[in-house]
Amino acid sequence: MSEQSEITVNNLNFYYSGNVHALKNINLSIRRNGITALIGPSGCGKTTLLRCFNRMHDLYPKNRYEGEIHFQGKNILTPETDLIDLRSRIGMVFQKPTPFPMSIYDNVAYGLKLRGLKKHSEISERVEKALNHAALWNEVKDKLNSSAYDLSGGQQQRLVIARALAVNPEALLFDEPTSALDPISTAKIEELTQKLKNEITIIVVTHNMQQAARISDWTGFLMLGELIEFDETQKMFTTPSVKLTEDYITGRFG
Amino acid sequence: MTVVQKRKIRGFMAMTMSALAALFGLFWLGFILGDVIIKGFSAINYDLFFNDPAPAGDEGGGLRNAFIGQLLITIVATLIGVPIGILGGTFLAEYGRGKGISRMIGVLSDIMVSVPSIVIGTFIYALMVKPLGHFSGWAGAVALAVIMIPVVVRTTEDMLTMVPWSQREAAFALGAPYYKVITQVVYRGAASGILTGIILSIARVAGETAPLLFTSFNNAYYSHNMNEPVASLTVTIFQFAMGPYESWHTQAWAAAFVITVFVLILTIAGRLVIKWRYR
Repeated sequence: MSEQSEITVNNLNFYYSGNVHALKNINLSIRRNGITALIGPSGCGKTTLLRCFNRMHDLYPKNRYEGEIHFQGKNILTPETDLIDLRSRIGMVFQKPTPFPMSIYDNVAYGLKLRGLKKHSEISERVEKALNHAALWNEVKDKLNSSAYDLSGGQQQRLVIARALAVNPEALLFDEPTSALDPISTAKIEELTQKLKNEITIIVVTHNMQQAARISDWTGFLMLGELIEFDETQKMFTTPSVKLTEDYITGRFG
Repeated sequence: MTVVQKRKIRGFMAMTMSALAALFGLFWLGFILGDVIIKGFSAINYDLFFNDPAPAGDEGGGLRNAFIGQLLITIVATLIGVPIGILGGTFLAEYGRGKGISRMIGVLSDIMVSVPSIVIGTFIYALMVKPLGHFSGWAGAVALAVIMIPVVVRTTEDMLTMVPWSQREAAFALGAPYYKVITQVVYRGAASGILTGIILSIARVAGETAPLLFTSFNNAYYSHNMNEPVASLTVTIFQFAMGPYESWHTQAWAAAFVITVFVLILTIAGRLVIKWRYR
């Protein structure tokens, strides 16, 4: 495990509902900060892998992990892991924007209130900071109390990012964050990730190879539940070392 | 005659028959409502709401006892039925989602909805009235609550299921425990739908007579003691309409008018809440 490694995956196997072998012997090491992209054809397991990092699979019965995932040196796949604590340190943004049925302000404050923050001045300070961070503040500062559903899809996605950022996570998981958005909103989110990666470790699952090439520093290519190649994005997209990766990236299949 | 002509004739016949069937139904609805409005509205007066019944056969008097009794029984029934219904629906849609026991409870709820209300009345009679030895307002409220519960259970379940699963995942991903996900996120999204279910379930029981006949029975005097028989509008209508006095008949019409308007308002309110939600 290198000095800078934030997340290390050792011999990870994952089974859905007891027997569907979705991830096969995954090994990889994700460094602190920067952006790691996970690419691969549909059903290759990239989202499954992403959802291991915040133990989202625990919501459903009979899902089973084998192996280890170390986050800052501690194995998070143990039964003793406090999922509430883990999920406050590793945030997640989904494919479709998931604002809660409450005001813009309350959406961002939700995670803070979950953490037990009570002081109004502190909460509103951090809400403003998070909205600024997510490049949304200027658009919503005059309507913090209106419903989050009044925002456009792209704004909703940035709101959800602000909600995740408000609790100061150390890592953020993005599950195809722009696949439901228009090009302009996509550009804004991509720009945002470039700003965030200086402070936060970002892992992004994407269907869009150009996006992976544009925004990520490292790329993992998965197929049929196996990690085929994991390297610097620059190298992956110019001189991949595995033939399969090259075929996928050049569009020969997938 | 060509094939197309034959089809046109068949289409015309189908349309005519269904239109006639609809008109037939609407005619009786209009007839009943019209009758209740004409005969009931003219019988509305101050005494009706603020006076208790005159001695049998005498002119004058009112139905204050029945209005208050009806209100009490309905409110208590709501206080018992709604929390149980919402919690039950929450179990079916959340904690017990996909489990065999939930499907079984769901099917049983559907059966409960269509059980004749008189059966529930006799059930509560055996459960509460017989052991205690007397009719009581409590028994009436419990009988109405039992009718309400499956309605509220089912609407709550449906409304919670309609909240997209991704929203729950998003709340989980922020580190929320399940009970907070339900109470702070899912309930919020389903609130107006659940409210509609509650309103319609109140409307459903407000017009019930049979379960009250066996439970709260009737009381010719004003009483808000729920341990005693309590008058209700529906049972009063039943008794007065069957009675021999003209003044009773008039008051029965008035009571029928009031309760019809009440149920109508509740139903419209329920619809409005749905509309407001999907505006």
